[in-house]
Order: sequence, then C-alpha cells, then structure tokens
Amino acid sequence: MDQLIFAGEVFLNGLMTGVMYALVALGFVLIFKASGVFNYAQGVLALFAALTLVGIQQGQIPFAHLINAAFGTSLHHFGWTVPAVLAIALTAGVMVLLAFLIEKLVLKHLVGQEPIILFMATIGLAYFLEGLGDVMWGADIKTLDVGLPQGISDAIESTTANWFGYGFFIDRLDIWATVIAAALVAALVAFSQYTKQGRAMRAVADDHQAALSVGISLRFIWVMVWSIAGFVALVAGIMWGTKSGVQFSLSLIALKALPVLMLGGFTSIPGAIVGGLIIGVGEKLFEFLIGPMVGGATENWFAYVLALLFLVFRPQGLFGERIIERV
Amino acid sequence: MNSMTDEYVTEDGRRIGGTVMDLRNITLRFGGVVAIKDISFDIRQGEIRAIIGPNGAGKSSMLNVISGFYVPQEGEVWFKGYRRGPMKPYQVARLGIARTFQNIALFDGMSVLDNIMTGRLNRMKSGFLSQAMWWGRAEREEIEHREAVEKIIDFLEIQNIRKTPVGRLPYGLKKRVELARALAAEPQLLLLDEPMAGMNVEEKEDMSRFILDVNDEFGTTICLIEHDMGVVMDLSDRVVVMDYGRKIGDGTPDEVRNNQDVIDAYLGVAHD
Amino acid sequence: MIYREAGDFKTSYRSDGQTFPIRLDRWGYYAVLAVAFGVLPFVIDDYWANAVFVPFLIYAIAALGLNILTGYAGQVSLGTGGFMAVGAYAVYKLMTAFPDISVMIHILLAGGITAGVGVLFGLPSLRIKGFYLAVATLAAQFFLVWLFNKVPWFYNNSASGQITAPTRTVLDIAVTGPTATAPAKYLTCLVFVVALAWVARNLTRGTIGRKWMAIRDMDIAAEIIGVNPLAAKLSAFAVSSFFIGIAGALLFAVYLGAAEVGEAFGINKSFLVLFMIIIGGLGSIFGSFAGAAFLVLLPVLLKNTLVGGFGWPTDLAAHIELMVVGALIVTFLIVEPHGLARLWQLAKEKLRLWPFPH
Repeated sequence: MDQLIFAGEVFLNGLMTGVMYALVALGFVLIFKASGVFNYAQGVLALFAALTLVGIQQGQIPFAHLINAAFGTSLHHFGWTVPAVLAIALTAGVMVLLAFLIEKLVLKHLVGQEPIILFMATIGLAYFLEGLGDVMWGADIKTLDVGLPQGISDAIESTTANWFGYGFFIDRLDIWATVIAAALVAALVAFSQYTKQGRAMRAVADDHQAALSVGISLRFIWVMVWSIAGFVALVAGIMWGTKSGVQFSLSLIALKALPVLMLGGFTSIPGAIVGGLIIGVGEKLFEFLIGPMVGGATENWFAYVLALLFLVFRPQGLFGERIIERV
Repeated sequence: MNSMTDEYVTEDGRRIGGTVMDLRNITLRFGGVVAIKDISFDIRQGEIRAIIGPNGAGKSSMLNVISGFYVPQEGEVWFKGYRRGPMKPYQVARLGIARTFQNIALFDGMSVLDNIMTGRLNRMKSGFLSQAMWWGRAEREEIEHREAVEKIIDFLEIQNIRKTPVGRLPYGLKKRVELARALAAEPQLLLLDEPMAGMNVEEKEDMSRFILDVNDEFGTTICLIEHDMGVVMDLSDRVVVMDYGRKIGDGTPDEVRNNQDVIDAYLGVAHD
Repeated sequence: MIYREAGDFKTSYRSDGQTFPIRLDRWGYYAVLAVAFGVLPFVIDDYWANAVFVPFLIYAIAALGLNILTGYAGQVSLGTGGFMAVGAYAVYKLMTAFPDISVMIHILLAGGITAGVGVLFGLPSLRIKGFYLAVATLAAQFFLVWLFNKVPWFYNNSASGQITAPTRTVLDIAVTGPTATAPAKYLTCLVFVVALAWVARNLTRGTIGRKWMAIRDMDIAAEIIGVNPLAAKLSAFAVSSFFIGIAGALLFAVYLGAAEVGEAFGINKSFLVLFMIIIGGLGSIFGSFAGAAFLVLLPVLLKNTLVGGFGWPTDLAAHIELMVVGALIVTFLIVEPHGLARLWQLAKEKLRLWPFPH
C-alpha cells in the first residue's frame, strides 16, 4: 500500500515534469508545422532566453567578459535591477529580434533545402547561440527568480496526509507551471484557429507554394513563428531556470523534447502534450521501480529508448499522419 | 483466342513467344478505394504491350502490381510459369523485372555511369573482403560490368555525359539515363511508366526509336504506360485499355481503335 | 609541370577507374605518404603529436566512419560518441583481459565489437528515416554512456570509474601507456588511417558503395531496382561503426591514456564528428580528412591567438570557439553544402583549365 502511494506521488511529479517537456516540445511543433524546420536549437533557445532574462533583471552588462578581455576594463553590472515583468517583456523583445535575425541570416538562404540539411543547420545554430549566450552573459550558474511561488505546497501535503496518512510533496512551482502551460496552449490554439495570422500560419504549414500564391508573406510568417517559439522558449526557460538554475544542462533537459515529439508526432499540438506527459511519468516511474536495480540515473536515456522502441512499431508517432509511400 | 497462345512472327519480323507474365483477376484496394477491379491480361515474350486509359484509370497501380511494389488483395500474378507470392520489391527485381518511373527516380548524387552501373548490382557477386581490398573478383567484375554498361551507353548515345552528375542533366536526357539503368539489368520484362511524359516531339521520336530498338535488338519484352495515343498505337503490338479500374478493351491497336467501349470511355471524349 | 589531364589518355577501364586519374594528383598523394611515413616520425615532438597530428588522424578515422553512414548511405547518426565509447571500453577490456595478445589485434577486435553494437542500433533505420532516425540514434548515445558509467564490470571496478590504458608494445616499442613516445603514437594512428582510408575508398567505389548511395539518393527506387535495404543500411552501420570503434579505441588507448565516459564520449563528440563531415564534405573521403583537420586545427589556432596572443581567459576563448564553429556550420550549409571537398574540386577544375578558362 505504501509503495502504491509512493508511486502515486512519483506519478504526479512525473506529470509535472511532463508538462515542462511538453512546453519545450510545443516550440518544436510550432516551428515544424509552419516551416518544416526541425529546430534542434529550441532547447538552447530556452537557455538563451533564461540567460538573457537573468542578465537584464540583474542589470548585467552584455559582453562584459569580452569587453574586459579586449580593453582590460573590469565591467560587470550597470548597478541597477529591472523589475521582473519589465525584464520579461524586454527579453521577449530580444527573442523577436533573434527570430528576425535567424530568418534573415539563416532560413532565407536555406529555402527548399532538404529537411535534414535544415536540421543540421539548426544544430549549428544551437552551438552558435550557446556560445553567444555564454559570451554575452557569462557561463556561471545563475539563479532565476521572477516571483513565481516555490517550495512544497502545504495545502496539498496536509490534504493528502488526511486522505492517505501520507503527505504528498508537490512543488508549488510545478503547479504554476502546469497552469501557465495550459493557458499558453489554449492561447496558441485560439491564435492559430481564430486569427488571420493563425490561418496564414496553417496555410504555410500545408503548402509553401500555395500559400505564396494567395499572397501570404512567407518571411513574415516565419519571423512570427520563430518569435512565438522564442516566447514559448522563454516561458520554458523561466520554469526550468527557476526550478534548477540557469546553466548549460538546461539545454540538455530541453533535448528531452525530441523523444516527446517522436512519441507525439511532429505536427500535433495535442501529441506534444500527451507525449510530454507519457515521457515525464514514464521516466519517473521507471527510475522509481527499476532504477534502484540497475544503478539509477535511468532518466538520462529512458525517454530516448522508449521513443526508439515506440517508433519502430509506429513510425508516425501517436497522433502523426500516416506515411504513405509512393513511386 | 487460340491463335494468341501460339508463337508467331510479326510483320516486321520479330518473334513473339509464349506468355511471360500472366495477371489473373487482379483486384487492388487502398482502404475503401478500389484502384483495380478484377483485371486479367497477359504479356508475351518479345512483345511491346501497352496499358492505356484516362487519368486515374489505375494504370500506374497496375504497373506497380506487376513490379511488385503493390501486392493485390485478390488475384494471381504468374511470371515465367510460376505463381509469384508476396515479395519485396528488390526480390522482384532479382527475378528479372526492371522499370522506369513516371517522375524520374535517378540517383541525383551519382554520375550517369554510376547510375547505370546500379542497374547491374544484382549481377555482381564479389564478396565483402574482395571489395574492401579491391582485389580479385571485385576488380574483375567492375571491369566486366563496365564493358556491358558502355555498350548500353553507346546504344543510347549518351557517351559524352557519362561522367556528369545526373542532377545537372536536362529532363529528356534523364529519361534516357533511366532507360539505360533499366536496360543494364538485362531484364526479362521491362516496365516503362510514361516514358514520353513531358517530352517535346523530337524527344518523343528519339525515345520511340530507342524503345523499338531495344525490343528489336535485345528481344526485350516491354510493358509500357503512355498517354500519347499516337505513340502507343505506333509502338505496341497489343494494348490493354483501362477505365475506372476496369479493363474495357484488349487487343491489337486496330482492334482497340474500333472497340465501341473504348471509343465511348476514352477516345470518344475530347482528349489530347 | 602543369596540372592537366590532356595527353593523359586512359586506354583501359581499369586505368579510368583509378583513384587519382590525373597524374599530378597521384604524385601528390605519394609525396604526402612519403612525408607522413618517412619524415614526420623523425621530427615530430610531443606538442605537435598531442595537439595536432594524433587527434587529427584519430578524428579522420571517425569522420570516415560517419561519412560512410551519413555521407554515402544517407543515414544521419548522432550516436558517434556512444559508438566511440564502445570501441574504447572494448579495447580496454581486451587489453586487460588478454595482455599477451598484440594491442593492434585488440584495436581491430574493438572495431568489430562496435560494428555489432552499431548494427543493433541500426535496426530501427529500416522503419524510420531522416531526423527521426537522427533522434533515435540519440538513444544509443545516452544509453551507452549510461551503461559504461553504471556497470562496474566495464571499468574493472576501478575506484575512480575511469579506465586507464596499460602499457602495450608493438615490436618492443610502447604505443600505449605513459611511456609511449610521440612518434610511436603517431605511427600507430597513421597505419590505421592509411589502411582504413584505403578500405573506405574501395568500398565506396564498388558494388556496396553504389548500393549505399542508391539508398541515400532515393530509397524506394533503390529497392525497386534490386537493392535490399536491410542489407545496405545494416552494412553501412556495421562498416561505419567499425571505423568509429577503432577511432574510439585509439582515442582512449593511444591519445588520452585515461578516460571517463561522460567526459570523453559525450554528445558533444557526436556533434564534433558530424560537423567535421559537414564542413569537410558529405560523401567524400578527402572531405573526411579536410573536415577533421579543420576542426582539430581551429581550436588550436583560436586558443593560440586569443589566449596566447591577446591573453584572453580560456573559457571566453572556448565560448567564442562555440560561436565560430556554429556559424561555420550554418555558413557551409548555406554556401557550400558539399564542404571543403567541393571547394578543393572547384579549385582543381579552375587549375585544369588555367590559363584559358574557356
């Protein structure tokens, strides 16, 4: 019985982690649907957003290390701090600018290339952004606090203690993350269904040429989609960053979104969410049940192996469209 | 019908033999859509057999059944006197069936020569070690097959482009290279999927000549799909006419031309 | 002496199919070999061996391996680091379990074991393609690293969790372990590089190579003309992993001497080798060498300039290196997707026509 209750707690925590994965996966799906680009850099985008947010909030001078090294100065901070809301808005602005630059400098020149070439280009982009983030803001581990509630939820602990005689430990941050993610998904779905830009975005996703022929500007759509993906990355970066600090491993956690997508299918928003939940719960339960027998840390690979096995049996994912081969 | 089972010699002196490929009551469905409905016909040794029909009649599906890419839900495919069970496409190729594609399917990253050499892959027998060392059989084989391929290159008059990457060639030449690749396999049955689609008159004439020459010189049995009625009637010995997945006519070009069903379904309507 | 093919007529298909059809190329190739075997071993010092030549040779093998899989057979893999780890741990187990057998044989066997593991992780390639497969190979990467980290048998229960190469000799000269000299390490790697490059060239120009390229360019058409996709893809995984396993074995036993799996064979290794073949040229033997040379030299140059020249901190130089590499990858994919190999070829074509370009 105790084991079952523990498992229940693990399950809930897994769900919360899954929401985080789903959040990053969402950014992938958006970009993939609108431009056919499988954006490996989405995880690094989240890291970059979080680094920028901390930097702006704490009034760090960008490129301070580089300037110091080049000119022998010893700059580090402007000496002010920026309120969280303003800092988030400014970071969102930076992400839009970044989206614009990515379109102008990279995507525009790769139109019509094979998907795998675009994929490799985004790996290059990921390296560049990682280096840029470090050069701009320094590579030390930073704490991020934008005022989200943290710590164990007392309410849940006491309620579950009354019910089961054992209090569940659930982080309040995870609850908030779930709520925010749900709101974000709802907003994105509403946007793509009910606004003109959303319709244009779906048109581009269906067929570039046809969309062009009815007068939709591809470039505008791409900048918009990458901006939205940048914004989603920012939200994910805030959540992950608040939870475990802003550091390089953030982009590795975000890499987990890849198996999530393989489960859910690359083109499906519900798929990204369900896939995220399955992976989140699956890896936590696996670590809980099997982990101790094999030395632990199975979270490193569980998601990938699960996705791999799954794909062998259902190559198009849970919700992806069936692949029909033609000659 | 009796006369059709005997060997005979055509007016232009080609020898037509017994049945090579026999399709019996073929039905092919995709989900609920019936692409081919209970079709039977045969292809005889040494003949040029055409399948015609309006768009969406199921011609390409039929060719894909013959080439083994689609497996029909009902019916039997007999090849050289044996019933062919469900097979992987590459196994069908090894039986001696080669084909070209409606939308050219060449290997763009390779040269013309290498593309044609791929047609002979199934005839190469050297082992892995021999290939890794490039010694003994591997090297001998490479030269033997190169000689065979060069004959086809001469035959199709593409000597000057043999080292060119295929991706850089114009459309008409690509079609010719694709034919060369199929010929390199020295197939018992050659399937041509719209060999003249998208060509201008001159290129069509060239291609017609090559098809006739291939049939004449190598005695290759050919089954082709084509839109251009004039070309089909001139080239082929016998014609199958399809419409909406059914067979509505089968016979010599003259017989087909005078078949009322065919006239109604296909020739009767204005069609290019 | 002008760079020309005119007058250099080929009278047989054998001479037409040779590796270097142009006489000057052939001579250049022999000259490089002569210098590599006849001059460098006598002048090489520890710095040049450790900073440039040994890593270059080892990564050239890994790049050749990945290029066979990705450049020739069209299957993108992000599991290179994991497969190199298999080679490293296999050679470690063999060296410690059978100390009397030559280390050269151990290294070859390590390649063979890696080939087996590669085939196992290559099986999904029959069902999944493109970046689906790329992501699936991440499973190999993360699982293998975890496995070597968590199962003490693989590192002989050493307290640090590291593996350390014991001293082994070839012809009574130490090639692994702390006493191995720079020329010995260099020559060991060179022998493997030359042999494997020759094998790679032979395989890619013949039947197997054409099957791989056919699968890469259009897999459905390849199957219809008679290529068995199972055999073609798995043979590519096997050969590729054999090369990569040998590279991993050499990296650990000859170059590093001691290794911790997460650090030495992490996902960054996978990307490094992938970048080498993108920059060097997909589907090109020369490109594998060019890419390996480029990405081995770039950090050395950057470090010497930024840290040695300007006196900047090392971590800043490392971050700038990330940016430069990332930007180069994107630039190459945009400007010249066939990499340095294509640039080299274009330069040669210009040279062949020079001074009359028309």
